[in-house]
Amino acid sequence: MSEVLVVVEATREFGVKKVTLEMLTLARELGTPSAVVLGGPGAAEALSAKLGEYGAEKIYAAESEEIDGYLVAPKATVLADLVKRVQPAAVLLASAQEGKEIAARLAVKLDNGILTDVVALAADGTATQVAFAGSTIVTSKVTKGLPLVTVRPNSLTPAPAPATPAVEQLTVTVGEADKLAKVVDRVAEQKGSRPELTEASVVVSGGRGVGNADNFKLVEELADLLGGAVGASRAAVDSGFYPHQFQVGQTGKTVSPQLYVALGISGAIQHRAGMQTSKTIVAVNKDGEAPIFELADFGVVGDLFKVVPQAAEEIRKRK
Amino acid sequence: MNIVVLVKQVPDSGADRNLRPDDNTVDRGSASNVINEMDEYAIEEALKIKEAHGGEVTILTMGPDRATESIRKALSMGPDAAVHVVDDALHGSCAVATSKVLAAALGQLNADLVICGAESTDGRVQVMPHMIAERLGVAALTGARKLTVDGSTLTVERQTEEGYEVVTASTPAVVSVWDTINEPRYPSFKGIMAAKKKPVRTLSLADLGVAPAEVGFDGATSTVLEHSKRPPRSGGAKVTDEGSGGAQLVEFLATEKFV
Repeated sequence: MSEVLVVVEATREFGVKKVTLEMLTLARELGTPSAVVLGGPGAAEALSAKLGEYGAEKIYAAESEEIDGYLVAPKATVLADLVKRVQPAAVLLASAQEGKEIAARLAVKLDNGILTDVVALAADGTATQVAFAGSTIVTSKVTKGLPLVTVRPNSLTPAPAPATPAVEQLTVTVGEADKLAKVVDRVAEQKGSRPELTEASVVVSGGRGVGNADNFKLVEELADLLGGAVGASRAAVDSGFYPHQFQVGQTGKTVSPQLYVALGISGAIQHRAGMQTSKTIVAVNKDGEAPIFELADFGVVGDLFKVVPQAAEEIRKRK
Repeated sequence: MNIVVLVKQVPDSGADRNLRPDDNTVDRGSASNVINEMDEYAIEEALKIKEAHGGEVTILTMGPDRATESIRKALSMGPDAAVHVVDDALHGSCAVATSKVLAAALGQLNADLVICGAESTDGRVQVMPHMIAERLGVAALTGARKLTVDGSTLTVERQTEEGYEVVTASTPAVVSVWDTINEPRYPSFKGIMAAKKKPVRTLSLADLGVAPAEVGFDGATSTVLEHSKRPPRSGGAKVTDEGSGGAQLVEFLATEKFV
């Protein structure tokens, strides 16, 4: 079976991201998964055990200060060279900012089609995508080149399939053309140990009804009790209650968790666009006519400052 | 500084959006079409740079005839001129082909700086800035929440999952922006009147030296096989809190095995 390249998404703090494990699981249906680690020196070693656990038969490691020191372009060049050499059956990247950007450059370099926000991929290359904020399901196919797809987080359940990956170090030479956008600093803002928003299996979001930044503690508390991430509606972000990177909606993140909890969120189209493919949705809102209830599998019409503390207390009791 | 802003006309994301049953492309005919929201932030950023450093701001749009409405709307915010790439052969173009056309147009416009929205609300594909930069061989500073211009040096704060990265480049460059970067101005009455007289140059594929076979359905690198509407969600149980709403909520979560 031919190789399927999976471009690894990882963070310094948490290691391999869940979407990478989903991609490895998906790659096993299509061929033999090979993980591609593009990062600073030593990046692959820290990730190899996890990648092997989920079935990576091989790890290509492209490690260099320069890969990490410039935006995206060096990664795309290394990946393009690898694709030309190994002629994989498909290339999978995460449907997140950087994954899409690497894929974009790869598509131009190889004059190859690209499909983003893919939630399923068949062995013949037919991809399923969700469009228009989850309201439309599309099947599509790359017609020029190999299937180059970005996979949306939370599209499938990662399944372990232990393998012992052979590691191949790639020679990295970063040319001047790829050194145009220099990363001079990286600043961490996300606090605590909560799962990343787009990957979390539970998301608890607050809206305008939360009232102020301080009250978001209530949202955070419920998220922590459920092991989830915190999100916010655009109204809450625009009002300065919570930072923008946590915004869920048409102009923010799209999430598709097992459980979505909407607190004080009316459910405007702007917000629904980012969360309506969630598996289970529950909502607390004082306005019984709020459109969020049209989506919610369970809704509580009431004051969130009464309902949420009681729910938190109840969860603690049951633990 | 010579700045070009990429503007895309998209179906209003606040209304019902569809793909056409006949050729699987975005239905722009029956939709209410607007400027892609994120592009308004790109226009605002370009105008701010012009106000601080001088120069000219040009709108570049690829789209059908009716995209003229969005071009005039964009001009009413204050840019100096616009270029509209319009050609029947473009209908059905994929992202790869679109980037080829936009790069060809930019090649004629001699921009120091290209600014665009980080993504469009219709496709949300997010690939265009890097595709264009790759073709033009210039820097791409993408996902900016802040942009600083100092002579020919650009510095952006790029939003990431963990926080942000500070990334620098020299012009010429492509910068894509999120809606956190500024607050777009509303067009003034004077701006709306002035926009009617501003020059809008149209360019065809022949003007750009791009063959029709490289774009549209013929040149597409991917194809939509079929599409369908997802069945709408229906609301489930709704209770009114009479003192036990929180407990009832947790009871539901427990039956669904989340607690």
